[in-house]
Amino acid sequence: MDFTVGLLLKLVPGLGGAPAWVLITLGAVVPAVLLVTMMALGPILYVYAETKIAGFMQDRIGPKRVGPHGMLQTVADAVKLLFKEAIFPAGVDKVLFVLAPCIVNVGAFLPFVVVPFGSHLQTADLNVGVFYVTAVASLSTVGLIMAGWASNNKYALFGGMRSAAQIVSYEIPAVMILLIPVMIVGSLSLQDIVAAQAGGLQSWLLFRYFPLMPIAFLIFFTAGMAECNRTPFDIPEAESELVAGFHTEYSGFFFAMFFMAEYTEMLVVSIVSSVLFLGGYLAPHPALQHIGGFSLGFVWLIAKSWFLMFIMMWLRWTLPRLRVDQLMYVAWKVLLPISLALMVVMGGLVMWKPTANGFPWDRYFGWPLTIGFFVLLFTGIVRAVQWSRRRVQELAA
Amino acid sequence: MKQWLTDVWEGFWTVLVGMKITWRHLFVKKATLHYPEERWVLPPKSRMRLFMKYEDCIGCGQCARACPVQCIYIKAEKRAPAAQPIFAANGQPIKLDVHVFDIDMSLCCYCNLCTYPCPTDCIYMTPEFEFATTDLTQHLYHFAKQGATFITEDPKKKAAAAPPAAPPAATPPPASPATPAGA
Repeated sequence: MDFTVGLLLKLVPGLGGAPAWVLITLGAVVPAVLLVTMMALGPILYVYAETKIAGFMQDRIGPKRVGPHGMLQTVADAVKLLFKEAIFPAGVDKVLFVLAPCIVNVGAFLPFVVVPFGSHLQTADLNVGVFYVTAVASLSTVGLIMAGWASNNKYALFGGMRSAAQIVSYEIPAVMILLIPVMIVGSLSLQDIVAAQAGGLQSWLLFRYFPLMPIAFLIFFTAGMAECNRTPFDIPEAESELVAGFHTEYSGFFFAMFFMAEYTEMLVVSIVSSVLFLGGYLAPHPALQHIGGFSLGFVWLIAKSWFLMFIMMWLRWTLPRLRVDQLMYVAWKVLLPISLALMVVMGGLVMWKPTANGFPWDRYFGWPLTIGFFVLLFTGIVRAVQWSRRRVQELAA
Repeated sequence: MKQWLTDVWEGFWTVLVGMKITWRHLFVKKATLHYPEERWVLPPKSRMRLFMKYEDCIGCGQCARACPVQCIYIKAEKRAPAAQPIFAANGQPIKLDVHVFDIDMSLCCYCNLCTYPCPTDCIYMTPEFEFATTDLTQHLYHFAKQGATFITEDPKKKAAAAPPAAPPAATPPPASPATPAGA
Protein backbone atom coordinates (compact mmCIF):
# COMPACT_ATOMS: atom_id res chain seq x y z
CA MET A 1 0.00 0.00 0.00
CA ASP A 2 2.88 2.35 0.74
CA PHE A 3 4.14 1.71 -2.74
CA THR A 4 0.82 2.59 -4.35
CA VAL A 5 0.49 5.70 -2.21
CA GLY A 6 4.00 6.74 -3.21
CA LEU A 7 3.22 6.07 -6.83
CA LEU A 8 0.00 8.05 -6.63
CA LEU A 9 1.81 10.98 -5.02
CA LYS A 10 4.30 10.89 -7.84
CA LEU A 11 1.69 10.57 -10.58
CA VAL A 12 -0.91 13.04 -9.30
CA PRO A 13 0.88 16.32 -8.52
CA GLY A 14 -1.63 18.04 -6.25
CA LEU A 15 -2.20 15.04 -4.01
CA GLY A 16 0.52 15.86 -1.49
CA GLY A 17 -1.68 18.24 0.43
CA ALA A 18 -4.56 15.79 0.81
CA PRO A 19 -5.36 14.50 4.30
CA ALA A 20 -4.00 11.12 5.31
CA TRP A 21 -7.31 9.32 5.21
CA VAL A 22 -7.76 10.25 1.53
CA LEU A 23 -4.33 8.87 0.73
CA ILE A 24 -4.95 5.65 2.63
CA THR A 25 -8.34 5.15 0.99
CA LEU A 26 -6.88 5.83 -2.43
CA GLY A 27 -3.98 3.48 -1.73
CA ALA A 28 -6.46 0.75 -0.94
CA VAL A 29 -9.06 1.50 -3.58
CA VAL A 30 -6.81 1.92 -6.60
CA PRO A 31 -5.10 -1.49 -6.37
CA ALA A 32 -8.41 -3.07 -5.40
CA VAL A 33 -10.14 -1.70 -8.48
CA LEU A 34 -7.22 -2.70 -10.67
CA LEU A 35 -7.08 -6.21 -9.26
CA VAL A 36 -10.81 -6.81 -9.34
CA THR A 37 -11.00 -5.57 -12.92
CA MET A 38 -8.14 -7.82 -13.91
CA MET A 39 -9.60 -10.79 -12.11
CA ALA A 40 -13.08 -10.16 -13.45
CA LEU A 41 -11.95 -9.87 -17.04
CA GLY A 42 -9.37 -12.63 -16.75
CA PRO A 43 -11.88 -15.50 -16.90
CA ILE A 44 -12.90 -14.35 -20.38
CA LEU A 45 -9.37 -15.12 -21.50
CA TYR A 46 -9.11 -18.31 -19.49
CA VAL A 47 -12.40 -19.72 -20.73
CA TYR A 48 -11.31 -18.98 -24.27
CA ALA A 49 -8.01 -20.74 -23.64
CA GLU A 50 -9.82 -23.64 -22.06
CA THR A 51 -12.21 -24.09 -24.98
CA LYS A 52 -9.37 -23.87 -27.46
CA ILE A 53 -7.17 -26.31 -25.56
CA ALA A 54 -10.09 -28.67 -25.10
CA GLY A 55 -10.78 -28.53 -28.80
CA PHE A 56 -7.18 -29.05 -29.82
CA MET A 57 -6.73 -31.99 -27.47
CA GLN A 58 -9.80 -33.63 -28.97
CA ASP A 59 -8.63 -32.96 -32.55
CA ARG A 60 -11.21 -30.22 -32.94
CA ILE A 61 -10.57 -26.51 -33.36
CA GLY A 62 -12.78 -25.02 -30.71
CA PRO A 63 -14.59 -21.69 -31.13
CA LYS A 64 -14.00 -20.19 -34.53
CA ARG A 65 -16.84 -18.01 -35.74
CA VAL A 66 -17.14 -15.10 -33.34
CA GLY A 67 -14.25 -12.77 -33.99
CA PRO A 68 -10.90 -13.85 -35.42
CA HIS A 69 -10.27 -17.45 -34.36
CA GLY A 70 -13.33 -17.24 -32.12
CA MET A 71 -11.62 -14.82 -29.77
CA LEU A 72 -14.84 -12.98 -29.01
CA GLN A 73 -16.76 -16.17 -28.28
CA THR A 74 -16.32 -15.95 -24.53
CA VAL A 75 -17.13 -12.24 -24.62
CA ALA A 76 -20.34 -13.12 -26.40
CA ASP A 77 -21.03 -15.87 -23.85
CA ALA A 78 -20.41 -13.48 -20.97
CA VAL A 79 -22.68 -10.85 -22.48
CA LYS A 80 -25.33 -13.48 -23.07
CA LEU A 81 -25.11 -14.61 -19.45
CA LEU A 82 -25.32 -11.01 -18.24
CA PHE A 83 -28.51 -10.37 -20.17
CA LYS A 84 -30.20 -13.61 -19.26
CA GLU A 85 -32.92 -13.68 -16.72
CA ALA A 86 -31.78 -14.69 -13.25
CA ILE A 87 -34.35 -17.29 -12.32
CA PHE A 88 -35.24 -17.83 -8.70
CA PRO A 89 -36.94 -21.22 -8.52
CA ALA A 90 -39.83 -21.59 -6.11
CA GLY A 91 -38.58 -22.68 -2.72
CA VAL A 92 -35.09 -21.21 -2.83
CA ASP A 93 -33.84 -19.28 0.13
CA LYS A 94 -33.46 -16.01 -1.71
CA VAL A 95 -31.01 -14.31 0.63
CA LEU A 96 -28.60 -17.24 0.70
CA PHE A 97 -29.18 -17.91 -2.98
CA VAL A 98 -27.95 -14.43 -3.90
CA LEU A 99 -25.28 -14.33 -1.23
CA ALA A 100 -23.66 -17.65 -2.19
CA PRO A 101 -22.05 -16.64 -5.50
CA CYS A 102 -20.91 -13.39 -3.91
CA ILE A 103 -19.18 -15.26 -1.10
CA VAL A 104 -17.58 -17.69 -3.54
CA ASN A 105 -16.24 -14.73 -5.48
CA VAL A 106 -15.02 -12.97 -2.38
CA GLY A 107 -13.17 -16.13 -1.40
CA ALA A 108 -11.64 -16.30 -4.83
CA PHE A 109 -10.66 -12.63 -5.02
CA LEU A 110 -9.34 -11.99 -1.51
CA PRO A 111 -6.06 -13.94 -1.87
CA PHE A 112 -4.91 -11.39 -4.44
CA VAL A 113 -4.44 -8.90 -1.64
CA VAL A 114 -1.17 -10.54 -0.63
CA VAL A 115 0.02 -11.74 -4.04
CA PRO A 116 3.41 -10.14 -4.73
CA PHE A 117 3.44 -9.10 -8.37
CA GLY A 118 6.79 -7.46 -7.82
CA SER A 119 9.13 -6.59 -5.00
CA HIS A 120 6.92 -3.58 -4.22
CA LEU A 121 3.95 -4.28 -6.42
CA GLN A 122 1.73 -5.75 -3.77
CA THR A 123 -1.49 -4.52 -2.26
CA ALA A 124 -0.54 -5.47 1.28
CA ASP A 125 2.49 -7.36 2.50
CA LEU A 126 0.83 -9.19 5.38
CA ASN A 127 3.24 -10.90 7.71
CA VAL A 128 0.78 -13.81 7.85
CA GLY A 129 0.40 -13.98 4.06
CA VAL A 130 0.37 -17.75 3.60
CA PHE A 131 -2.02 -18.20 6.49
CA TYR A 132 -4.25 -15.45 5.09
CA VAL A 133 -4.36 -17.11 1.66
CA THR A 134 -5.44 -20.47 3.04
CA ALA A 135 -7.95 -18.83 5.35
CA VAL A 136 -9.74 -16.71 2.76
CA ALA A 137 -9.45 -19.30 0.01
CA SER A 138 -11.50 -21.75 2.03
CA LEU A 139 -14.19 -19.10 2.37
CA SER A 140 -15.49 -20.17 -1.01
CA THR A 141 -16.44 -23.55 0.46
CA VAL A 142 -18.97 -21.74 2.60
CA GLY A 143 -20.35 -20.17 -0.54
CA LEU A 144 -20.59 -23.52 -2.29
CA ILE A 145 -22.46 -25.13 0.60
CA MET A 146 -24.69 -22.08 0.78
CA ALA A 147 -25.45 -22.38 -2.91
CA GLY A 148 -26.26 -26.05 -2.51
CA TRP A 149 -28.44 -25.49 0.51
CA ALA A 150 -30.24 -22.40 -0.73
CA SER A 151 -31.13 -24.04 -4.04
CA ASN A 152 -33.55 -26.38 -2.27
CA ASN A 153 -32.57 -29.10 -4.69
CA LYS A 154 -31.13 -32.45 -3.78
CA TYR A 155 -28.53 -32.42 -6.53
CA ALA A 156 -27.37 -28.97 -5.59
CA LEU A 157 -27.14 -30.02 -1.96
CA PHE A 158 -25.18 -33.13 -2.94
CA GLY A 159 -22.81 -30.93 -4.88
CA GLY A 160 -22.39 -28.53 -2.01
CA MET A 161 -21.75 -31.29 0.51
CA ARG A 162 -19.34 -33.00 -1.83
CA SER A 163 -17.40 -29.82 -2.34
CA ALA A 164 -17.23 -29.34 1.41
CA ALA A 165 -15.96 -32.88 1.96
CA GLN A 166 -13.49 -32.52 -0.86
CA ILE A 167 -12.09 -29.15 0.14
CA VAL A 168 -11.83 -30.14 3.79
CA SER A 169 -9.93 -33.26 2.77
CA TYR A 170 -7.58 -31.59 0.34
CA GLU A 171 -6.95 -28.59 2.53
CA ILE A 172 -4.97 -30.78 4.92
CA PRO A 173 -2.22 -32.00 2.54
CA ALA A 174 -2.15 -28.57 0.92
CA VAL A 175 -1.53 -26.85 4.22
CA MET A 176 1.02 -29.46 5.26
CA ILE A 177 2.95 -28.74 2.08
CA LEU A 178 2.40 -25.02 2.49
CA LEU A 179 4.28 -25.28 5.77
CA ILE A 180 7.42 -26.59 4.07
CA PRO A 181 8.36 -23.36 2.25
CA VAL A 182 7.39 -21.52 5.40
CA MET A 183 9.77 -23.70 7.41
CA ILE A 184 12.58 -23.26 4.91
CA VAL A 185 12.17 -19.50 4.62
CA GLY A 186 11.14 -18.89 8.20
CA SER A 187 8.43 -16.40 7.32
CA LEU A 188 4.76 -16.45 6.45
CA SER A 189 5.01 -13.37 4.28
CA LEU A 190 4.80 -14.16 0.58
CA GLN A 191 7.22 -11.33 -0.13
CA ASP A 192 9.85 -12.94 2.10
CA ILE A 193 9.22 -16.35 0.54
CA VAL A 194 9.86 -14.95 -2.92
CA ALA A 195 12.89 -12.98 -1.75
CA ALA A 196 14.37 -16.16 -0.30
CA GLN A 197 14.30 -17.75 -3.75
CA ALA A 198 16.39 -15.03 -5.37
CA GLY A 199 19.45 -16.04 -7.34
CA GLY A 200 18.16 -17.79 -10.39
CA LEU A 201 16.33 -20.95 -11.14
CA GLN A 202 18.53 -23.29 -9.08
CA SER A 203 17.52 -21.53 -5.88
CA TRP A 204 13.79 -21.82 -6.47
CA LEU A 205 12.23 -23.95 -3.78
CA LEU A 206 11.10 -26.46 -6.39
CA PHE A 207 14.70 -27.45 -7.06
CA ARG A 208 15.98 -27.41 -3.51
CA TYR A 209 16.23 -30.65 -1.52
CA PHE A 210 16.06 -32.24 -4.89
CA PRO A 211 13.85 -35.30 -4.79
CA LEU A 212 11.72 -33.97 -1.94
CA MET A 213 10.53 -30.53 -3.02
CA PRO A 214 9.31 -31.61 -6.48
CA ILE A 215 7.14 -34.19 -4.73
CA ALA A 216 5.91 -31.50 -2.38
CA PHE A 217 5.11 -29.29 -5.35
CA LEU A 218 3.19 -32.07 -7.06
CA ILE A 219 1.16 -32.71 -3.93
CA PHE A 220 0.44 -29.03 -3.45
CA PHE A 221 -0.57 -28.60 -7.06
CA THR A 222 -2.82 -31.66 -6.96
CA ALA A 223 -4.46 -30.55 -3.75
CA GLY A 224 -4.86 -27.03 -5.10
CA MET A 225 -6.48 -28.37 -8.22
CA ALA A 226 -8.86 -30.36 -6.05
CA GLU A 227 -9.65 -27.25 -4.05
CA CYS A 228 -10.79 -25.36 -7.10
CA ASN A 229 -12.94 -28.30 -8.22
CA ARG A 230 -11.15 -28.94 -11.49
CA THR A 231 -11.92 -31.97 -13.53
CA PRO A 232 -10.13 -34.95 -12.16
CA PHE A 233 -11.61 -33.75 -8.88
CA ASP A 234 -14.82 -32.10 -10.04
CA ILE A 235 -17.25 -34.31 -8.19
CA PRO A 236 -19.10 -31.27 -6.74
CA GLU A 237 -20.40 -30.45 -10.20
CA ALA A 238 -20.24 -33.89 -11.78
CA GLU A 239 -22.49 -33.40 -14.78
CA SER A 240 -23.10 -37.09 -15.27
CA GLU A 241 -24.24 -37.73 -11.71
CA LEU A 242 -25.52 -34.44 -10.31
CA VAL A 243 -27.10 -32.23 -12.92
CA ALA A 244 -24.58 -29.48 -12.44
CA GLY A 245 -23.87 -29.84 -8.74
CA PHE A 246 -24.12 -26.77 -6.60
CA HIS A 247 -24.95 -24.42 -9.45
CA THR A 248 -27.80 -26.49 -10.85
CA GLU A 249 -30.40 -23.85 -10.08
CA TYR A 250 -28.32 -20.83 -11.00
CA SER A 251 -28.81 -18.94 -14.19
CA GLY A 252 -27.71 -15.75 -15.83
CA PHE A 253 -25.31 -13.55 -13.99
CA PHE A 254 -25.11 -15.70 -10.85
CA PHE A 255 -24.04 -18.65 -12.94
CA ALA A 256 -21.42 -16.46 -14.59
CA MET A 257 -20.20 -15.49 -11.14
CA PHE A 258 -19.59 -19.12 -10.25
CA PHE A 259 -17.61 -19.51 -13.44
CA MET A 260 -15.63 -16.39 -12.69
CA ALA A 261 -14.87 -17.69 -9.22
CA GLU A 262 -13.75 -21.06 -10.56
CA TYR A 263 -11.28 -19.57 -12.99
CA THR A 264 -10.08 -17.00 -10.49
CA GLU A 265 -9.47 -19.79 -8.00
CA MET A 266 -7.45 -21.58 -10.64
CA LEU A 267 -5.37 -18.45 -11.03
CA VAL A 268 -5.00 -18.16 -7.26
CA VAL A 269 -3.79 -21.73 -6.92
CA SER A 270 -1.38 -21.25 -9.81
CA ILE A 271 -0.08 -17.97 -8.43
CA VAL A 272 0.35 -19.37 -4.93
CA SER A 273 2.12 -22.44 -6.33
CA SER A 274 4.45 -20.28 -8.37
CA VAL A 275 5.11 -17.96 -5.46
CA LEU A 276 5.88 -20.79 -3.08
CA PHE A 277 7.82 -23.06 -5.40
CA LEU A 278 8.65 -21.35 -8.67
CA GLY A 279 10.14 -18.13 -7.40
CA GLY A 280 7.10 -15.89 -7.84
CA TYR A 281 8.05 -12.75 -9.74
CA LEU A 282 11.70 -13.79 -10.04
CA ALA A 283 13.12 -14.62 -13.42
CA PRO A 284 14.85 -17.97 -14.03
CA HIS A 285 18.08 -16.06 -14.41
CA PRO A 286 18.79 -12.73 -12.67
CA ALA A 287 19.77 -11.22 -16.04
CA LEU A 288 16.21 -11.66 -17.28
CA GLN A 289 14.65 -9.81 -14.35
CA HIS A 290 14.93 -6.35 -15.89
CA ILE A 291 14.83 -5.22 -19.45
CA GLY A 292 16.20 -1.72 -19.85
CA GLY A 293 15.60 -0.85 -16.21
CA PHE A 294 11.99 -2.00 -16.45
CA SER A 295 11.14 -4.78 -14.03
CA LEU A 296 9.50 -7.82 -15.59
CA GLY A 297 8.39 -9.28 -12.27
CA PHE A 298 4.70 -9.07 -13.11
CA VAL A 299 5.28 -10.74 -16.48
CA TRP A 300 7.24 -13.58 -14.93
CA LEU A 301 4.64 -14.27 -12.26
CA ILE A 302 1.81 -14.23 -14.79
CA ALA A 303 3.81 -16.41 -17.19
CA LYS A 304 4.48 -18.98 -14.51
CA SER A 305 0.93 -19.05 -13.26
CA TRP A 306 -0.50 -19.24 -16.78
CA PHE A 307 1.81 -22.14 -17.47
CA LEU A 308 0.48 -23.89 -14.38
CA MET A 309 -3.06 -23.07 -15.47
CA PHE A 310 -2.27 -24.61 -18.82
CA ILE A 311 -1.15 -27.77 -17.01
CA MET A 312 -4.44 -27.73 -15.09
CA MET A 313 -6.38 -27.52 -18.35
CA TRP A 314 -4.15 -30.18 -19.87
CA LEU A 315 -4.95 -32.47 -16.95
CA ARG A 316 -8.62 -31.65 -17.19
CA TRP A 317 -8.80 -32.86 -20.78
CA THR A 318 -6.65 -35.90 -20.02
CA LEU A 319 -8.13 -37.47 -16.95
CA PRO A 320 -11.60 -38.75 -16.24
CA ARG A 321 -13.42 -37.76 -13.10
CA LEU A 322 -12.53 -39.63 -9.94
CA ARG A 323 -15.18 -41.49 -8.02
CA VAL A 324 -16.01 -40.13 -4.57
CA ASP A 325 -14.22 -42.96 -2.79
CA GLN A 326 -11.21 -42.68 -5.10
CA LEU A 327 -11.10 -38.99 -4.38
CA MET A 328 -11.06 -39.63 -0.66
CA TYR A 329 -8.47 -42.37 -1.16
CA VAL A 330 -6.18 -39.97 -2.97
CA ALA A 331 -6.58 -37.33 -0.30
CA TRP A 332 -6.37 -39.39 2.86
CA LYS A 333 -4.28 -42.39 1.92
CA VAL A 334 -1.88 -40.97 -0.63
CA LEU A 335 -1.42 -37.23 -0.33
CA LEU A 336 -1.81 -36.92 3.41
CA PRO A 337 0.76 -39.59 4.45
CA ILE A 338 3.28 -38.38 1.90
CA SER A 339 2.82 -34.76 2.88
CA LEU A 340 3.05 -35.59 6.58
CA ALA A 341 6.23 -37.55 6.05
CA LEU A 342 7.62 -34.79 3.86
CA MET A 343 6.81 -32.18 6.47
CA VAL A 344 8.56 -34.13 9.21
CA VAL A 345 11.58 -34.94 7.05
CA MET A 346 11.88 -31.40 5.75
CA GLY A 347 11.56 -30.04 9.27
CA GLY A 348 14.44 -32.26 10.31
CA LEU A 349 16.52 -31.28 7.30
CA VAL A 350 15.94 -27.58 7.93
CA MET A 351 16.85 -27.97 11.58
CA TRP A 352 19.98 -30.02 10.81
CA LYS A 353 22.74 -27.56 10.09
CA PRO A 354 24.48 -29.23 7.08
CA THR A 355 21.21 -29.33 5.12
CA ALA A 356 19.67 -26.09 6.34
CA ASN A 357 19.81 -24.60 2.84
CA GLY A 358 19.32 -27.69 0.72
CA PHE A 359 21.27 -30.72 -0.31
CA PRO A 360 24.77 -30.29 -1.73
CA TRP A 361 23.72 -31.66 -5.12
CA ASP A 362 20.80 -29.28 -5.55
CA ARG A 363 22.47 -26.82 -7.90
CA TYR A 364 23.01 -29.57 -10.48
CA PHE A 365 19.30 -30.17 -10.93
CA GLY A 366 17.52 -26.88 -11.57
CA TRP A 367 18.67 -26.00 -15.06
CA PRO A 368 19.08 -29.55 -16.45
CA LEU A 369 15.60 -30.53 -15.27
CA THR A 370 13.94 -27.40 -16.61
CA ILE A 371 15.71 -27.56 -19.95
CA GLY A 372 14.99 -31.29 -20.13
CA PHE A 373 11.33 -30.63 -19.45
CA PHE A 374 11.00 -28.09 -22.22
CA VAL A 375 13.04 -30.21 -24.62
CA LEU A 376 10.65 -33.06 -23.86
CA LEU A 377 7.68 -30.84 -24.63
CA PHE A 378 9.30 -29.64 -27.84
CA THR A 379 10.11 -33.17 -29.02
CA GLY A 380 6.51 -33.94 -28.15
CA ILE A 381 5.42 -31.28 -30.65
CA VAL A 382 7.77 -32.58 -33.34
CA ARG A 383 6.72 -36.17 -32.85
CA ALA A 384 3.06 -35.21 -32.79
CA VAL A 385 3.40 -33.44 -36.12
CA GLN A 386 5.26 -36.40 -37.59
CA TRP A 387 2.63 -38.76 -36.24
CA SER A 388 -0.12 -36.59 -37.70
CA ARG A 389 1.55 -36.61 -41.13
CA ARG A 390 1.93 -40.38 -40.98
CA ARG A 391 -1.73 -40.73 -40.03
CA VAL A 392 -2.79 -38.55 -42.94
CA GLN A 393 -0.66 -40.62 -45.32
CA GLU A 394 -2.06 -43.86 -43.93
CA LEU A 395 -5.59 -42.58 -44.32
CA ALA A 396 -4.89 -41.41 -47.85
CA ALA A 397 -3.36 -44.78 -48.80
CA MET B 1 3.27 -51.01 1.83
CA LYS B 2 4.87 -52.29 -1.35
CA GLN B 3 1.45 -52.52 -2.97
CA TRP B 4 0.67 -48.99 -1.88
CA LEU B 5 3.91 -47.70 -3.35
CA THR B 6 3.29 -49.43 -6.67
CA ASP B 7 -0.26 -48.06 -6.69
CA VAL B 8 0.92 -44.53 -6.07
CA TRP B 9 3.66 -44.83 -8.68
CA GLU B 10 1.27 -46.29 -11.21
CA GLY B 11 -1.25 -43.55 -10.54
CA PHE B 12 1.43 -40.94 -11.14
CA TRP B 13 2.89 -42.69 -14.15
CA THR B 14 -0.42 -43.33 -15.91
CA VAL B 15 -1.30 -39.64 -15.52
CA LEU B 16 1.94 -38.82 -17.31
CA VAL B 17 1.16 -41.36 -20.04
CA GLY B 18 -2.26 -39.80 -20.53
CA MET B 19 -0.76 -36.33 -20.58
CA LYS B 20 1.66 -37.48 -23.26
CA ILE B 21 -1.23 -38.63 -25.42
CA THR B 22 -3.20 -35.40 -25.04
CA TRP B 23 -0.04 -33.36 -25.63
CA ARG B 24 0.48 -35.22 -28.86
CA HIS B 25 -3.09 -34.56 -29.93
CA LEU B 26 -2.64 -30.86 -29.21
CA PHE B 27 -0.54 -30.57 -32.36
CA VAL B 28 -1.99 -33.06 -34.80
CA LYS B 29 -4.02 -31.98 -37.77
CA LYS B 30 -7.56 -31.23 -36.67
CA ALA B 31 -10.41 -33.33 -37.96
CA THR B 32 -12.85 -30.43 -38.12
CA LEU B 33 -14.28 -29.50 -41.49
CA HIS B 34 -14.97 -25.77 -41.66
CA TYR B 35 -18.34 -26.44 -43.19
CA PRO B 36 -19.58 -23.48 -45.17
CA GLU B 37 -16.06 -22.76 -46.42
CA GLU B 38 -15.10 -26.39 -46.96
CA ARG B 39 -17.39 -29.21 -47.96
CA TRP B 40 -17.22 -32.90 -48.10
CA VAL B 41 -16.79 -34.28 -51.59
CA LEU B 42 -19.85 -36.49 -51.66
CA PRO B 43 -19.77 -39.73 -53.60
CA PRO B 44 -21.49 -39.35 -57.00
CA LYS B 45 -24.29 -41.74 -56.08
CA SER B 46 -25.23 -39.84 -52.92
CA ARG B 47 -28.96 -39.85 -52.41
CA MET B 48 -29.77 -36.21 -51.81
CA ARG B 49 -32.15 -33.91 -53.67
CA LEU B 50 -34.10 -35.49 -56.52
CA PHE B 51 -33.73 -34.06 -59.97
CA MET B 52 -35.81 -34.71 -63.06
CA LYS B 53 -34.70 -33.95 -66.56
CA TYR B 54 -37.94 -32.75 -68.07
CA GLU B 55 -36.83 -33.09 -71.67
CA ASP B 56 -36.37 -36.84 -71.26
CA CYS B 57 -39.60 -37.60 -69.37
CA ILE B 58 -42.11 -39.69 -71.28
CA GLY B 59 -44.73 -39.20 -68.61
CA CYS B 60 -45.17 -42.90 -67.86
CA GLY B 61 -45.70 -42.26 -64.18
CA GLN B 62 -43.77 -45.33 -63.03
CA CYS B 63 -41.73 -43.22 -60.62
CA ALA B 64 -44.88 -41.93 -58.96
CA ARG B 65 -46.16 -45.48 -58.59
CA ALA B 66 -42.86 -46.67 -57.16
CA CYS B 67 -42.72 -43.87 -54.61
CA PRO B 68 -43.54 -45.28 -51.15
CA VAL B 69 -44.56 -41.86 -49.77
CA GLN B 70 -46.37 -40.50 -52.85
CA CYS B 71 -44.29 -37.39 -53.14
CA ILE B 72 -44.28 -37.28 -56.97
CA TYR B 73 -47.28 -35.72 -58.69
CA ILE B 74 -47.65 -36.17 -62.46
CA LYS B 75 -50.34 -34.96 -64.78
CA ALA B 76 -50.00 -35.89 -68.44
CA GLU B 77 -52.23 -36.10 -71.46
CA LYS B 78 -51.88 -37.51 -74.92
CA ARG B 79 -50.10 -35.42 -77.48
CA ALA B 80 -51.98 -34.62 -80.64
CA PRO B 81 -51.20 -37.31 -83.24
CA ALA B 82 -50.36 -34.67 -85.81
CA ALA B 83 -47.71 -33.02 -83.63
CA GLN B 84 -44.06 -33.32 -84.46
CA PRO B 85 -42.63 -36.52 -82.93
CA ILE B 86 -40.27 -35.88 -80.04
CA PHE B 87 -37.88 -38.27 -78.37
CA ALA B 88 -36.09 -38.79 -75.07
CA ALA B 89 -32.31 -38.86 -75.06
CA ASN B 90 -32.22 -42.64 -75.27
CA GLY B 91 -34.55 -42.78 -78.25
CA GLN B 92 -37.85 -43.40 -76.48
CA PRO B 93 -40.64 -41.55 -78.29
CA ILE B 94 -42.46 -39.11 -76.01
CA LYS B 95 -46.17 -39.64 -76.56
CA LEU B 96 -47.52 -37.68 -73.59
CA ASP B 97 -47.49 -34.03 -72.73
CA VAL B 98 -46.42 -33.74 -69.12
CA HIS B 99 -48.16 -30.68 -67.70
CA VAL B 100 -47.32 -31.20 -64.06
CA PHE B 101 -44.30 -32.93 -62.64
CA ASP B 102 -43.93 -31.93 -58.99
CA ILE B 103 -41.76 -33.52 -56.34
CA ASP B 104 -42.38 -32.64 -52.72
CA MET B 105 -38.92 -32.96 -51.16
CA SER B 106 -40.35 -32.37 -47.71
CA LEU B 107 -42.09 -35.75 -48.07
CA CYS B 108 -39.33 -37.55 -49.91
CA CYS B 109 -37.69 -40.33 -47.92
CA TYR B 110 -34.61 -40.51 -50.14
CA CYS B 111 -35.13 -44.22 -50.87
CA ASN B 112 -34.10 -43.88 -54.52
CA LEU B 113 -36.85 -46.31 -55.56
CA CYS B 114 -38.27 -43.88 -58.14
CA THR B 115 -35.10 -43.87 -60.21
CA TYR B 116 -35.02 -47.61 -60.98
CA PRO B 117 -38.24 -47.97 -63.00
CA CYS B 118 -37.65 -44.86 -65.11
CA PRO B 119 -37.33 -46.06 -68.73
CA THR B 120 -35.40 -42.99 -69.81
CA ASP B 121 -33.28 -42.47 -66.66
CA CYS B 122 -34.59 -38.93 -66.44
CA ILE B 123 -35.19 -38.90 -62.68
CA TYR B 124 -32.18 -39.28 -60.43
CA MET B 125 -30.79 -38.18 -57.11
CA THR B 126 -28.08 -35.56 -56.95
CA PRO B 127 -25.44 -34.99 -54.26
CA GLU B 128 -26.99 -31.58 -53.66
CA PHE B 129 -28.02 -31.42 -50.00
CA GLU B 130 -28.16 -27.73 -49.08
CA PHE B 131 -31.76 -26.88 -49.80
CA ALA B 132 -33.04 -25.92 -46.40
CA THR B 133 -35.78 -23.30 -46.51
CA THR B 134 -37.79 -21.40 -43.98
CA ASP B 135 -41.00 -22.45 -45.68
CA LEU B 136 -42.01 -26.05 -46.31
CA THR B 137 -43.91 -25.15 -49.47
CA GLN B 138 -40.62 -24.20 -51.05
CA HIS B 139 -39.72 -27.87 -50.92
CA LEU B 140 -42.28 -28.53 -53.61
CA TYR B 141 -40.23 -28.51 -56.78
CA HIS B 142 -41.93 -27.96 -60.14
CA PHE B 143 -40.08 -29.68 -62.92
CA ALA B 144 -42.57 -29.25 -65.77
CA LYS B 145 -41.22 -26.51 -67.98
CA GLN B 146 -43.02 -24.30 -70.44
CA GLY B 147 -41.19 -23.95 -73.72
CA ALA B 148 -38.74 -26.80 -73.18
CA THR B 149 -36.81 -27.74 -76.27
CA PHE B 150 -37.20 -31.38 -77.11
CA ILE B 151 -35.17 -33.55 -79.41
CA THR B 152 -37.12 -33.88 -82.62
CA GLU B 153 -34.92 -36.45 -84.32
CA ASP B 154 -34.70 -40.00 -83.15
CA PRO B 155 -31.28 -40.19 -81.51
CA LYS B 156 -30.57 -43.85 -82.26
CA LYS B 157 -26.87 -43.03 -82.16
CA LYS B 158 -25.89 -44.40 -78.76
CA ALA B 159 -22.84 -42.19 -78.54
CA ALA B 160 -24.92 -39.10 -77.96
CA ALA B 161 -26.83 -40.64 -75.05
CA ALA B 162 -26.70 -38.61 -71.87
CA PRO B 163 -25.11 -40.35 -68.83
CA PRO B 164 -27.78 -41.60 -66.43
CA ALA B 165 -26.24 -40.11 -63.27
CA ALA B 166 -24.33 -36.92 -63.69
CA PRO B 167 -21.16 -36.33 -61.63
CA PRO B 168 -21.58 -33.68 -58.94
CA ALA B 169 -19.84 -30.97 -60.90
CA ALA B 170 -22.03 -31.57 -63.94
CA THR B 171 -25.31 -31.56 -62.00
CA PRO B 172 -27.73 -29.34 -63.89
CA PRO B 173 -29.38 -26.63 -61.84
CA PRO B 174 -32.76 -27.66 -60.46
CA ALA B 175 -36.00 -26.11 -61.58
CA SER B 176 -36.53 -23.90 -58.55
CA PRO B 177 -33.20 -23.03 -57.02
CA ALA B 178 -33.21 -23.29 -53.25
CA THR B 179 -30.71 -21.33 -51.22
CA PRO B 180 -29.36 -22.94 -48.03
CA ALA B 181 -31.24 -20.93 -45.45
CA GLY B 182 -29.76 -22.55 -42.34
CA ALA B 183 -26.14 -21.79 -43.22
